[in-house]
Amino acid sequence: MISFNLNGKTTRVEVDPTTPLLWVLRDHLHLTGTKYGCGMSQCGNCTVHLDGKAIRSCVTPVSAVSGKQITTIEGLAATVLGKTVQSAWQEVDVPQCGYCQSGQIMAATALLTEHPDPTEAQIIAAMDGNLCRCGTYNRIRAAIRMASEQLGEAK
Amino acid sequence: MKTAGLQDESRRKFLKDSAVAMGGLVIGFYLPGMAGRAYAAEAEPKPVYPPNAFIRIAPDNSITIVVNKSEMGQGVYTSLPMLIAEELEADWSLIRVEAAPVAAVYNHTVFGMQLTGGSSSVPSSWEQLRRVGATGRILLIRAAAKKWGVPESECQAANSQVMHAKSGKQASYGALAEAAAKLPLPDNVPLKDPADFKLIGKPTKRLDTPEKINGSAQFGIDVRLPYMLTVLIARSPVFGGTVKSFDASKARKHPGVRGVYQVPTGIAVAATGFWPAKTARDLLEIEWDEGPGVKLSTPKMRADYLALAKYPGMVARTDGDIAQGFKAAHKSVSAEYEVPYLAHATMEPLNVAVDLKPDRCTIWTGTQAQTMDRAMAAQIAGLKPEQVQIHTPYLGGGFGRRANPRSDFVREAVEVAKVIGKPIKVVWTREDDMRGGYYRPMWADRIEAAIARDGNPLAWKHVIVGQSIVADTPFEGMLAKNGLDNTSVEGAATFPYAIPNVQVELHSPKNAVPVQWWRSVGHSHTAFVVETMIDELAYLANRDPVEYRLDNLPAASRYRGVLNLAAEKAGWGKTQLPKGHAYGIAVHESFGTCVAQVAQVSMENSRVRVHRVIAAVDCGMVVNPDGVRQQVEGAIAFGLSAALHGAITLEKGRVMQTNFDKYTPLRFSEMPEVEVHIVPSKERPSGIGEPGTPPIAPAVANAVFALTGERLRRMPFDKETRA
Repeated sequence: MISFNLNGKTTRVEVDPTTPLLWVLRDHLHLTGTKYGCGMSQCGNCTVHLDGKAIRSCVTPVSAVSGKQITTIEGLAATVLGKTVQSAWQEVDVPQCGYCQSGQIMAATALLTEHPDPTEAQIIAAMDGNLCRCGTYNRIRAAIRMASEQLGEAK
Repeated sequence: MKTAGLQDESRRKFLKDSAVAMGGLVIGFYLPGMAGRAYAAEAEPKPVYPPNAFIRIAPDNSITIVVNKSEMGQGVYTSLPMLIAEELEADWSLIRVEAAPVAAVYNHTVFGMQLTGGSSSVPSSWEQLRRVGATGRILLIRAAAKKWGVPESECQAANSQVMHAKSGKQASYGALAEAAAKLPLPDNVPLKDPADFKLIGKPTKRLDTPEKINGSAQFGIDVRLPYMLTVLIARSPVFGGTVKSFDASKARKHPGVRGVYQVPTGIAVAATGFWPAKTARDLLEIEWDEGPGVKLSTPKMRADYLALAKYPGMVARTDGDIAQGFKAAHKSVSAEYEVPYLAHATMEPLNVAVDLKPDRCTIWTGTQAQTMDRAMAAQIAGLKPEQVQIHTPYLGGGFGRRANPRSDFVREAVEVAKVIGKPIKVVWTREDDMRGGYYRPMWADRIEAAIARDGNPLAWKHVIVGQSIVADTPFEGMLAKNGLDNTSVEGAATFPYAIPNVQVELHSPKNAVPVQWWRSVGHSHTAFVVETMIDELAYLANRDPVEYRLDNLPAASRYRGVLNLAAEKAGWGKTQLPKGHAYGIAVHESFGTCVAQVAQVSMENSRVRVHRVIAAVDCGMVVNPDGVRQQVEGAIAFGLSAALHGAITLEKGRVMQTNFDKYTPLRFSEMPEVEVHIVPSKERPSGIGEPGTPPIAPAVANAVFALTGERLRRMPFDKETRA
């Protein structure tokens, strides 16, 4: 039995502890907003937050999150920051096919947690591991900038 | 993987059956040289589409639009409802979208089957869906007039309300819908003058964005059925290979595994979830009969293709007299071009959920080709097509891969469902998806070209070598003529430059690598070849590349508008670029749309860096300008991925790239700034999903030449990823 906090709720799963967190979320807990893209930390589609930091859930064994706090796209709107990022994504109309966007939004939110007013280099460092085959990168940048500005105004 | 698929006899039968299942209206998937206006055929003869197939108005006034095209990112869940809502006079804020089931009423108006492809969704629905909306509006007005006992002509509809100005009466669509649905369909339904459009032409937010930013959007891979097993399949490492023997004893004992089965495409492992299925599959011991595919290797194939390009092929175009043209030449040049196989690499790997019962089969999959897939599923399941239903969730990218003429992924999943006898979801790993074939073909091209004393092009001989994507598919009859596959030469046999002597020839060698359309199809390689060679001729003639193109285009060519606009916005010949930067330009028409792009590049550590792309687009009337911008931005990223890095290569029949570490789509840090400028137009709309892709590779190659004097004639430009 592995126990962790998922989107604010204590969650217990009876599962092979080597199972990647991604498949625990998707197949055991039926939270399918977190996506499978590569299984080897190359595309970032599976990005979630572990204690507020972006991690690739496809290469994180569920045993590694025992006792930790996990946030997925489904739980993101619980924070002002998460909501702000989502509304910037809406305002810029970022998604096309949308498959990678959960991961993009999670990566962007982790970036803004650490760097509320990120430099271009910080944006690239945070976002370069998240692939988008539809080519929404410029809109992702615009949405990050917009969210950053809104967060600054709120302060 | 058994790529040859069907044995000859059953293949012929399938082709025949699917032709029947698809109905007799199939005109062509890609219509060569199809300008936007060719879609006028869309409404001939004009069938009356019952509005209730596309529009459902609920008592609470919400409107559900049933969309008969797959949403794979191209924005059809927004642009197509806009067509209906415009004429329906619907309150846009009340619109919801639902995916159409498979039914004849949802067939593509030109292709005669349910299919999303060929950048055709808006152009082929332009008349149809506006008429559906207008029919709905007339019926709602009629219902109101009847209820109030007033003449219809005194009633007006706007914002989901019908109003009678004289009496001040008004009623919501929700209140009128039931009565309207009982009225007979009107015959003569006039459409608005475009000058009166309220919605069409306005930047409109996508209706699918809210679901796609909170994780609730349902993709095929998210489907879960009661008691469903997840299935992973071990497929042959070589195209066309088959299982010789296997030992599944370890896999069977693996926790979570519910069965291991031999299926036509390999060995299927069924388990309680992806991870147990994947880890059990790793424990399989399989001996493969690899077959002749094992001889395939990229270096050998490249050499064969280049050798073949020196021989005469099937003639796709002849203008003037090519031999005479070269005799009269002032200067001439010849060049060889090569582009590799490319995977679509949709972010969502392929997957199919199937619930097969004795008398029906229900499928959930992100497909672009419902009618074909249903015909195939029915054949495999031994059912009638009407006993098969396909639910289309969101597609995590399509790019053509999900419109497979052999229904490969659906066929396999139904075969597995038959064997296992339980609800299943076949999931492809990234490796399965990338190694699984159905690539954009590898191509070799050879061009000899000559200019006259005045510098203008005089002779142009282009030989193209590459597999046909339609050979041995149900599309062969429509798209190939006398063995000549039009999709192989599109963009090369159709360019508009005024060259007196032109010959375009084609070789279509066959091999075991499965090939398929890939965003922009043949244009993905012909634009590169044609537009870099035209550029080369401009330099040979010592003329400016933009002027040279303009000087050699017919007066009416729509290339002019986009060339001029892109050049103007880029400040071509005027803008002082930073040191070490250069511009290159290319222009190309595909799917009825002309796109010119100026690329600003520099070299960083002998790698091409693209800083900025200025695109000008003529796609006729625009439904959603922001949708057009999205598609062009995305198409540039897609084309740049291929131009810079993309290559699928083979060694001993094995695909060398299995994941994003070796086959890397463009990353965030590589994305150029993109500006999209739209040429105002009153023509009917043409395609926009694909046409932004073809010009980017030649624009970049031409910029690199301007900067370095080196002609890039082989993709990808990044030598490290060529293998």
